[in-house]
Amino acid sequence: MNGGRHDVVVVGAGIVGAACAYEFARRGLRVAIVDREMVGGGATAAGMGHIVVMDDSEAQFALTRYSQTLWQDLRSELPTDVEYDRCGTIWVAADDEEMAEVRSKHEYYGKRGVPTEVLDSPSLQRLEPNLRPMAGGLLVSEDAVLYAPCAARFLIERAQEHGADLILGSPVTQMGQGKAELADGSRFTAKFVVNAAGACSPQLTPGLEVRKRKGHLVITDRYPGFIRHQLVELGYLKSASALHKDSVAFNVQPRRTGQVLIGSSRQYGAEHEEVDHEILSRMLTRAEEYMPGLAQVSSIRAWTGFRAATPDKLPLIGPWPGDESLFLATGHEGLGITTSLATGVLLADQIAGRKSQIAIDPYLPSRMAEVVAHGK
Amino acid sequence: MSAVVERCARQEWKSGPMSREVCHQFEVLVVGGGPAGLAAAARAAEASATVGIVDDNPKLGGQIWRGADQDAAGSDASMWLARLKARGVAVICGASVFDLPRPRVLLAEAETAVHVLAYSKLILATGARERFLPFLGWTLQNVIGVGGLQAMVKSGLPIRGRRVVISGTGPLLPAVAAHLRERGAEIMVICEQASWTNLLGFGCSLLQQPGKIRQGLRLSRQLAGVKFLTNAWVVSAHGGTALEYAVIRSKGETKAIPCDYLACGFHLVPNLELPMLLGCRIRNGCVEVDDLQQTAVPNILCAGEPTGVGGVELSIVEGEIAGLAAVGRVDEAKRRFRERAKHRAFAHALDHAFRLRHELSSLPSPDTVVCRCEDVRYSRLDRYASWRSAKLHTRCGMGPCQGRVCGPAVQFLFNWNSESVRPPILPVRVESLAVSASGPRSEYAEVLGGSK
Ligand SMILES: Cc1cc2nc3c(=O)[nH]c(=O)nc-3n(C[C@H](O)[C@H](O)[C@H](O)COP(=O)(O)OP(=O)(O)OC[C@H]3O[C@@H](n4cnc5c(N)ncnc54)[C@H](O)[C@@H]3O)c2cc1C
Ligand SMILES: Cc1cc2nc3c(=O)[nH]c(=O)nc-3n(C[C@H](O)[C@H](O)[C@H](O)COP(=O)(O)OP(=O)(O)OC[C@H]3O[C@@H](n4cnc5c(N)ncnc54)[C@H](O)[C@@H]3O)c2cc1C
Repeated sequence: MNGGRHDVVVVGAGIVGAACAYEFARRGLRVAIVDREMVGGGATAAGMGHIVVMDDSEAQFALTRYSQTLWQDLRSELPTDVEYDRCGTIWVAADDEEMAEVRSKHEYYGKRGVPTEVLDSPSLQRLEPNLRPMAGGLLVSEDAVLYAPCAARFLIERAQEHGADLILGSPVTQMGQGKAELADGSRFTAKFVVNAAGACSPQLTPGLEVRKRKGHLVITDRYPGFIRHQLVELGYLKSASALHKDSVAFNVQPRRTGQVLIGSSRQYGAEHEEVDHEILSRMLTRAEEYMPGLAQVSSIRAWTGFRAATPDKLPLIGPWPGDESLFLATGHEGLGITTSLATGVLLADQIAGRKSQIAIDPYLPSRMAEVVAHGK
Repeated sequence: MSAVVERCARQEWKSGPMSREVCHQFEVLVVGGGPAGLAAAARAAEASATVGIVDDNPKLGGQIWRGADQDAAGSDASMWLARLKARGVAVICGASVFDLPRPRVLLAEAETAVHVLAYSKLILATGARERFLPFLGWTLQNVIGVGGLQAMVKSGLPIRGRRVVISGTGPLLPAVAAHLRERGAEIMVICEQASWTNLLGFGCSLLQQPGKIRQGLRLSRQLAGVKFLTNAWVVSAHGGTALEYAVIRSKGETKAIPCDYLACGFHLVPNLELPMLLGCRIRNGCVEVDDLQQTAVPNILCAGEPTGVGGVELSIVEGEIAGLAAVGRVDEAKRRFRERAKHRAFAHALDHAFRLRHELSSLPSPDTVVCRCEDVRYSRLDRYASWRSAKLHTRCGMGPCQGRVCGPAVQFLFNWNSESVRPPILPVRVESLAVSASGPRSEYAEVLGGSK
């Protein structure tokens, strides 16, 4: 069977693949999007959907901030089921040491034009009375929350309006050298093929240094107004960047539905998708420590998902050395929903040979090849 | 500060007292206190095992023995309960099993405690629930499940003089109708969707079962004068805030029937959440078991409706076999096989006679609500290829009931298979889900045991 000829074939209809397809199609390329299952059913269905500016590194900041502004630009077009809500983030400081971190974060963001506000203990308490008394926090008011599976569907529908083809239900078994082959025997040829298969991307591109990093989440019944902002403990930064240990952090999110989404955990080496009760218990205990009232709230479901993690915690966006037709859009770890739109734009720029609005070097896959070459 | 002030959260949810953790250790743990569970627990305990039985209702008895009549001397229920008592079976009622924190341990949430239940052998007897099918008006007040209405009447809902329309399929319809009538309800009509020939065939299959025939005759006496239509079903329900009338279809014609209650039930579907969470193999919508009621997972047995809906006698005998098998009394268990085979034949006959007719799948109109929790309407669903994709994109089945109600409906309507099961299998407090079954909060060694 012949899937036909396209300019670009995108493998993976998660939020990242969807954003790429959207951007390519908008720019007039003939696009096919292929997924083994459905739109937005992978990590995209599991993630929290926090659109958040992060400052772990200069490159991480640039990408998250750039992508956040792209989401803001798109905001008026997003259908209601995308549940876009600019609720803001509050980084919660438990003690004076973390308060010092609040102030340096405030300064860092301020210098780069991101509005933030330092909250002392009483103002934090007024904003979020269900938090136990804390030292204070940092409000980042432009951060937002959305529902990623519907966002992915929206982006793909837009791509389809620009002529993109969506092919669901059969896995890609092989891609590269200008083609993608599906298990059902069909075959797509294109000038470019994009591996946007998330945590499964190494299966399609051997040698790719992407590992699964498992996360757990719990959703509650509806309690409108229980919290108003995405609340994250400052310790989260330590926990998220600890590369080797299992970690949990207080990270809760208000949903448009009035539900509270409780996170989060990070584990390496756990490949099965079952809920790990021990981690769940640690994660919820942590949440109760910050918000005692959560203990009595009704929880309706727990689930897990896999982040696609790279060694340097930055995504892989660009050509894969050794195959001119093969591009990567993967390795987004815990930020792929945030950074999906920017990923699409950066990749489309590269394909068109255009200069991007932000420096792309930190995200180029060739950096991994260099690491290997230098024997590190 | 303006951005800040507009987003003040509310503090209406005060933290209550923390639940206790209570730990138990059993040789045989039975989940579900209906006929299957009671029989299993009694048989295992009579072989001197330490047995516990847990059920989420305030009292044992399950769907049919839960009512007041269980104390009546000589009833089946009282007989089994007495056997449990005689052997000191630990009874934990009002506790819902919701998770499996580690192998051979279950967690059950009660009002002020979380039970940590360790076992060597587990017998699942989680029963079945009613299937609902959506039609225009099914979410109106006083349109309820047949079993639900019966339970409400048993616990005191006044029904005397109320007009009731009963619709759906299966032997539950006449049984409930008789019960309601005895309490003074006016049964306007019973609409059975199955055909008369199917029912006739079903009746013939009962000929080897005098017990069932006696029940049937008693029912028909109790229902003398009540209109019983076959090939008939409710098409829609109407009213302002409360129900006013139901429209039924029979012999190609529709007719409006005024009523105060419309009780619907489209047979039963097994409760598979816990067996699925434990990894039991499911086939054709039922838990797969071998001759000794053993599931595909070692040390986990299953009895009663989850292995196939077949009524109380089958549940009891399966429970007995499971209880005996769990304590190694295989020969005794084998002596019950013939009895079980007879009742299984009845279960097959049930399945055959009360298969849902195709026409029922066209009852919902585009804006009929299918998922009540999340208010998802029919027209948003039919474009999806699987329940999971419909769920992710429309929220169908994402609410507190986690698809318990709409799951069997969409299975029938769209042929979507059941979703994967995640803990908690029922909504529980966050603190309950946070129980670390090995954590320091546990008050250990509080072993409520059996006689041994
Ligand atoms: C618990 C958790 C919380 C998170 N919270 C956030 C957050 O708050 N904010 C944020 O920005 N990010 C968050 N993330 C990260 C975010 O979810 C991911 O980075 C993002 O969804 C990745 O999208 P993707 O499209 O790359 O991958 P996926 O969504 O996994 O998509 C990959 C797709 O590829 C398909 N596929 C795989 N193999 C094949 C094949 N061989 N053939 C065809 N198709 C294939 C899959 O079916 C899948 O649909 C979180 C992640 C987790 C796990
Ligand atoms: C922001 C947000 C809010 C949410 N809110 C809610 C909510 O309010 N209520 C709610 O219920 N959910 C909610 N979800 C969760 C969501 O619907 C899913 O639960 C989530 O996608 C992950 O679920 P899961 O791991 O349980 O996988 P599922 O979605 O259940 O899917 C697992 C898949 O794996 C397959 N599978 C299972 N076992 C195997 C096996 N052994 N081999 C092969 N395939 C297998 C299943 O068939 C299924 O397709 C929310 C998600 C997000 C992102």
